[in-house]
Amino acid sequence: MSNLFKYTLRIADSSLVLGQRMSEWCSKGPTLEEDIALSNIALDLFGQANGFYEYAAELDGSRSKDDLAFKRNEREFFNHQLSEQENGNFGTTTVRNFLHDAFNFLFYTELASSKDEILAALAAKSLKEVKYHLRHSSNWLIRLGDGTNESNLKVQEALDFLWQYTGELFEMDEVDNDMLDNGLGVDNIQLKIKWDELINNTLKKAKLKRPIDGYMATGSRKGIHTEYLGFLLAEMQFLPRAYPDAKW
Amino acid sequence: MLEESFQEQIDAERKIEPKDWMPDDYRKHLIRQMSQHAHSEVIGMQPEGNWITRAPSLRAKMILLAKVQDEAGHGLYLYSATETLGISREELVQQLHEEKAKYSSIFNYPTLSWADMGAIGWLVDGAAIVNQVSLQRTSYGPYSRAMVKICKEESFHQRQGYEIMAEMAKGTAEQKEMAQDALNRFWWPSIMMFGPQDSDSPRTGNAMKWKIKRQTNDELRQSFIDKTVGQAEVIGLTIPDPDLKWNEDRGHYDFGEMNWEEFWSVVNGNGPCNKQRLAHHKKAHDDGEWVRNAAKEYARKQELLLN
Amino acid sequence: MAENETVWEVFIQSKNGLAHKHVGNVHAADKVMALENARELYTRRNEGSCIWVVKASEIVSSETEDSEAFFDPSNDKMYRHPTFYNMPEGSKHI
Repeated sequence: MSNLFKYTLRIADSSLVLGQRMSEWCSKGPTLEEDIALSNIALDLFGQANGFYEYAAELDGSRSKDDLAFKRNEREFFNHQLSEQENGNFGTTTVRNFLHDAFNFLFYTELASSKDEILAALAAKSLKEVKYHLRHSSNWLIRLGDGTNESNLKVQEALDFLWQYTGELFEMDEVDNDMLDNGLGVDNIQLKIKWDELINNTLKKAKLKRPIDGYMATGSRKGIHTEYLGFLLAEMQFLPRAYPDAKW
Repeated sequence: MLEESFQEQIDAERKIEPKDWMPDDYRKHLIRQMSQHAHSEVIGMQPEGNWITRAPSLRAKMILLAKVQDEAGHGLYLYSATETLGISREELVQQLHEEKAKYSSIFNYPTLSWADMGAIGWLVDGAAIVNQVSLQRTSYGPYSRAMVKICKEESFHQRQGYEIMAEMAKGTAEQKEMAQDALNRFWWPSIMMFGPQDSDSPRTGNAMKWKIKRQTNDELRQSFIDKTVGQAEVIGLTIPDPDLKWNEDRGHYDFGEMNWEEFWSVVNGNGPCNKQRLAHHKKAHDDGEWVRNAAKEYARKQELLLN
Repeated sequence: MAENETVWEVFIQSKNGLAHKHVGNVHAADKVMALENARELYTRRNEGSCIWVVKASEIVSSETEDSEAFFDPSNDKMYRHPTFYNMPEGSKHI
């Protein structure tokens, strides 16, 4: 398997898993308007996943995009652990998405100038959507952080919990390094500086305290996950697994 | 006097607008019908929402989510139109929670297999569309405009359901069985969505006179059945009604007796999912309260900063 | 418990060159949210190039009972319409 394939697959996995989480919100939003907004985000993410899987399947040559999405186990998924974290309350979702959106925004901005034309095009399309996602999650973070005492406590708690999953966003392994060296991928370490600035600005507006960097979870690049992912996949993959001969 | 000129306007097919004079009963009838319609869209998200996380392909996932999201949107269009009658969305939702307002009984049936996504799109949306197309000509302007918009957007809903059914009906034996089973379970509740037979429908009179409704329950039901029989044949599924047959004289299909006992029992709260649907809606509403409060408080603080 | 949310009326310009058209309302606590909610609800099918939102309470409307006084007087001013005038036979482009 080529590094380009692995790299593309990782991006697809994060989009799909976060999209799956967002789709769980459907009919449960805090207002009907926000319910629609959450579904729109899920739809964007599924669209992104679809694009990156399509490319990964082409690079793979033997599996379809749906095989990649529905017929791999936890240990073969490479999404960021942040993306698989449970929705929790609306504040937890807002914080998770905000941290991820900020990363994605910077990541896609860089990836849009990849020497690989397809990756660059997929990134450019995703970037437009992620800009809006970041705007949406930032605005909500500020509302909740600077809303009532209760809402401030809730999002601060979510932030303190989810912070441990932000470390691995900026890791570089042999795949990342190879992609970077060939002008195809992104220097994640460089992104961290801009990400910090973006996060700090918004947290300040939201009257939230930036957690101190402590234990940082790691491993998704090697298929190591939190226990949530298995259940997410079991539910998502049920039909294609239960009826392997069926077309839908 | 007012009542006479109101009726003249209706008879001349001129739309009634929010600020126009209208009889109290006209307003009440509209609030009841439109809010029931809005609640149906919103509660209707749940049975299909039940399968979004389990949709079997990336394509199926996107389509189903987009469709269920449309239902939320259509609920909003309808709440928005109902609000023009001088009642707030909060009051309408409260009526739903207190079981003073109803929603379509069809959504009180459980969705047990992926084929149910097909059956709902094909039959339930199909039936809804027949009704909504007719309601585009309703006499109340905001309701009519909402219906026009909804009909335009819903055109893909029925097709996506029928596509699922067609795909499964020509799939593996297990898939075909699921498809037939879904049709068996959803057929009768779907044709009962049009409401009681005209002979048992006391409210139809005024609603027709005021042109809130443009066709009777029985006319709409017949039109839906006539359209659907052929569609079932094309994909090789059997409609579970032994009395269904073409009547040359009437130019329509004859069909069997509907189980009105079950219908009224579900309407009155005793269906398989009534309690769950309402509990789900209330929980989402309650879980969202701190979020709505926070947003209001934030807005209040921002106003203070400006002044 | 049912404290009313702020209602915002939504106007969408479907493409440059066309007028904004009223499409319905959304509820929102603040103007940023109102704009985003309008975007989510009313432009799901690529229908927009610009959105206006305005608090419903800020809209001033004429009343039905005033409609005679407001609008009937313009009924008999046919001379405002081009079809009112007799043009000589054979005249073109006017």
